[in-house]
Amino acid sequence: MIEKELPPHLRIDKAELEKTWDDGKGLYAWLAAVNHKSIGRRYIVTAMCFFVIAGVLAGVMRLQLSRPGNDLLGPDLYDQIFTMHGTTMMFLFAVPVMEAMGVYFVPLMVGARNICFPRLNAFSYWMYLFGGIFIYVSFMLNIGPDNGWFNYPPLSGPQFGPGKRSDVWAQMITFTEVSAMAVAVEIIVTAFKLRAPGMSVSRIPIFVWAMVVTAFMVIFAMPAVMVASTSLILDRLVATQFFNAAEGGDALLFQHLFWFFGHPEVYIIFVPAAGMVGTIVATFSRRPLFGYVALVLSLVSIGFIGFGLWVHHMFATGIPQLGESFFTAASIMIALPSGIQIFCWIATMWGGKVTIKSPMLFVLGFFVIFVIGGLSGVMLASVPLDLQVHDTYFVAAHFHYVLIGGAVFPLFGALHYWYPKITGRMLSETIATWTFWLFFSGFNLTFFPMHLLGLRGMPRRVYTYPPEVGWGLMNLIAGVGAVLMVLGVLSLLINAYRSRRLGQVAGDNPWGASTLEWATSSPPPNCNFFAPPTTSSLDPIWDDPPDQPVVVGLRSDKRDVLITSVLDAEPDHREIFPEPTIWPLLAALATTGLFIGSIFTPWAVVIGAIPVFITLIGWFWPKTPTEGGTQPWPIEHRTLPMPNEAPAGGAP
Amino acid sequence: MSPATVAQSVLDAAGPQAAAIEGLWWLIFWISVGVFAVVMAFLTWAVVHRSDRPTSDSSLTRWVIGGAGATVVILFVWLVASVWVGRAVASPQMSNAVTINITGRQWWWQFEYVDTLPSNRFRTANEIHIPVGRPVVVNVTSRDVIHSFWVPNLHGKRDLIPGYTTALWFQADQPGRYRGQCAEFCGYQHANMAMYVIAEPDNDFQAWLSAQRQPAAEPGTERQQRGREVFLAATCPQCHSIRGTLAGASFGPDLTHVGSRSTIGAGVLPNTAENLIRWVRNPQDFKPGNKMPAHDLNDADLQALADYLGSLK
Repeated sequence: MIEKELPPHLRIDKAELEKTWDDGKGLYAWLAAVNHKSIGRRYIVTAMCFFVIAGVLAGVMRLQLSRPGNDLLGPDLYDQIFTMHGTTMMFLFAVPVMEAMGVYFVPLMVGARNICFPRLNAFSYWMYLFGGIFIYVSFMLNIGPDNGWFNYPPLSGPQFGPGKRSDVWAQMITFTEVSAMAVAVEIIVTAFKLRAPGMSVSRIPIFVWAMVVTAFMVIFAMPAVMVASTSLILDRLVATQFFNAAEGGDALLFQHLFWFFGHPEVYIIFVPAAGMVGTIVATFSRRPLFGYVALVLSLVSIGFIGFGLWVHHMFATGIPQLGESFFTAASIMIALPSGIQIFCWIATMWGGKVTIKSPMLFVLGFFVIFVIGGLSGVMLASVPLDLQVHDTYFVAAHFHYVLIGGAVFPLFGALHYWYPKITGRMLSETIATWTFWLFFSGFNLTFFPMHLLGLRGMPRRVYTYPPEVGWGLMNLIAGVGAVLMVLGVLSLLINAYRSRRLGQVAGDNPWGASTLEWATSSPPPNCNFFAPPTTSSLDPIWDDPPDQPVVVGLRSDKRDVLITSVLDAEPDHREIFPEPTIWPLLAALATTGLFIGSIFTPWAVVIGAIPVFITLIGWFWPKTPTEGGTQPWPIEHRTLPMPNEAPAGGAP
Repeated sequence: MSPATVAQSVLDAAGPQAAAIEGLWWLIFWISVGVFAVVMAFLTWAVVHRSDRPTSDSSLTRWVIGGAGATVVILFVWLVASVWVGRAVASPQMSNAVTINITGRQWWWQFEYVDTLPSNRFRTANEIHIPVGRPVVVNVTSRDVIHSFWVPNLHGKRDLIPGYTTALWFQADQPGRYRGQCAEFCGYQHANMAMYVIAEPDNDFQAWLSAQRQPAAEPGTERQQRGREVFLAATCPQCHSIRGTLAGASFGPDLTHVGSRSTIGAGVLPNTAENLIRWVRNPQDFKPGNKMPAHDLNDADLQALADYLGSLK
């Protein structure tokens, strides 16, 4: 199935194809790129930079809290730091990095040449980058947010939150949510319409399913937080009273709006990781995933049920008990699909022969840590117990167990798994083993004591504590663990850096995996696949026959892409995809100006709309037919020719 | 590391609510230990075992369905236990209850003891006494931002939200001095917004109540007289009240019986004359960002003031 010999009249001009799909070299080309692999790589690198920065912030917090009455940080700076840590990790690292892996790998896994809406993809990266730069420049200028990543009014409202700090937070949200929703749309349409012929819905790889479920969650959840943050800006800028009880508003309204987003947000972070776990478990057990249908249905049900849990963040607000019980039941119920996934993955390993290489090592770490996090989550679902440990370090322990265990460990596994595909070189297994053990032991040393700290009465978001409460020892231990985690991440960065040149050459499929991204070279050519694949199974590389047909007849001189049907992936029509263009960057710059200006004056929305409008005109300027345009090119017949046959009806 | 002298802890229940929740905690803790051990055992076996005959899919299906079934049972048990305890700790018992209105302020606690007789009502701050064995109902709200009232030895927490007044009831079954702390981020000095709940036998509680209901003691010595003059002449009455004097503002804590409290600054400093002087001279040294300004008073005046405030028992 990899590179077949085609008859002369169907042979693909690889050089021309590569040139057609090449985004070019140089600064302008880099700014105008629309290839999902370039943009995916940028996304990953940017997200990892934010991860490191937020990790350093956490290290400083740990230092401050390592003994009672410490005066390394005063309350003002501490409040900014814990806010930036949480905000960066949630909005600038966790969601974008998962999106990034989707942007890079969903098109490859479905056998497509690029992601759908490539210019929107570029736009979404620039919006993400500019939003991140915006909040960090504000932080450096001492106008960064300081009321927590959740930024509740009235503390963040006009009366108690003077200056622009909360506005910066609220508008950064807008940047990242626009970016996330754009990627979500691209992922869904790519997964629905760009699949290789023959990849029916029952043959979609589990990681692609996970990204599709995530994308739907993004589309339904993000608007809620945009309403919350925009309403907050309006309260602060133009004296609306949404959250002011004295004028008929309600502080709890913000919490409902925020957590209606905030709970699905954590599943937006976890579900892609679950897809990564499934992928890696199958590869390293050397057998197809057990319970594919159950796994897909579990992901989908998590996507639905995840929207019914949000009030469990508000159990202490005094809302009626009957309502709270409903959310207890839903929060407990979601443990079931999560548990089923765990059982299916273990069953896959049990039914296969497990080899432990670095990706699998991280996945095993995921199992240990995520199960603990899930169990503490079930504890928190209970109202009376939550009333004791809500807003304490017990919650901090829980969510770090599920987020680091459930997302960062699978991510690290996925980075080790897919690094060879992205760069063409293997990472060092020796250094990777060090990374794992440093990070795993450091993590547990830091966060396990926090369960005890919460039970012993330590609330969250405190910049110091008195000696008589006895929290000093556990905080000190947590600080030691933080050092180990820093060393672990450092080793990962060193590994990634030196393996670019010194790593063993990877080849197409170093792990012997089954999904389509491994059916092309490492790194993939510009066009992803010289001969776009078809498939007849869930594990194409393992199960497709050697004479599995490929797609032929697409143009090599234009970015010609085959669009297929939603359910059965039958060829439907062809489209010419966009060439590199600077307009997404310009549109992002114009939108950035509008967003930043609008925290200072409402007129910015009106005046800022003009440059945005102009850049959108440039972006959408229609192409003439001779340039290819976006007219769909219908295909004349639906059967694919066998390699030793001439096509009936002829290809254009 | 100095050992803990205050056990502000969920696992150190001193009342029926906290005890019920602590019981619930141990139930889920041991269930969780068991579940974790079982899952890890299966995982280890799955990774480690090598067999020439791979386990059949139908056999694996049976195991997964079994696991799912066991999960459902355990989750259901937990749901029933949670709802049961939740109802038990929430049901109000109003008979013979002590009622206190709590208002959260940045960054201190305003307590008002409620009574049917208006002249028996009084305000205090940061420290309350309650009788052992009698229910206490608190009506909680906030005057500024969201705070959270939490005394883990006695009960779970309740958020203090401006615009809402909600009721929470709890009870102490053992005498003691229980520390609580604000548990919802409320700004710069959220970390230093503590309170003490002193549970004592009913007789002692009644005595304390009567004392608190009295207006401030008249100064007994010349220095205390001088201290009261300093208090009234400085900026203190702009924020603080002392019943029985002309000072009646409510921006800051009521100081009518400040001498009877064990800490000042909402738990930041023990209540001694020395600390009072240091606090009044510059509260920002101990609670940076809080709303009390520094005072430029000479040492003699400060000593007199501390003497007077210390006499307000």
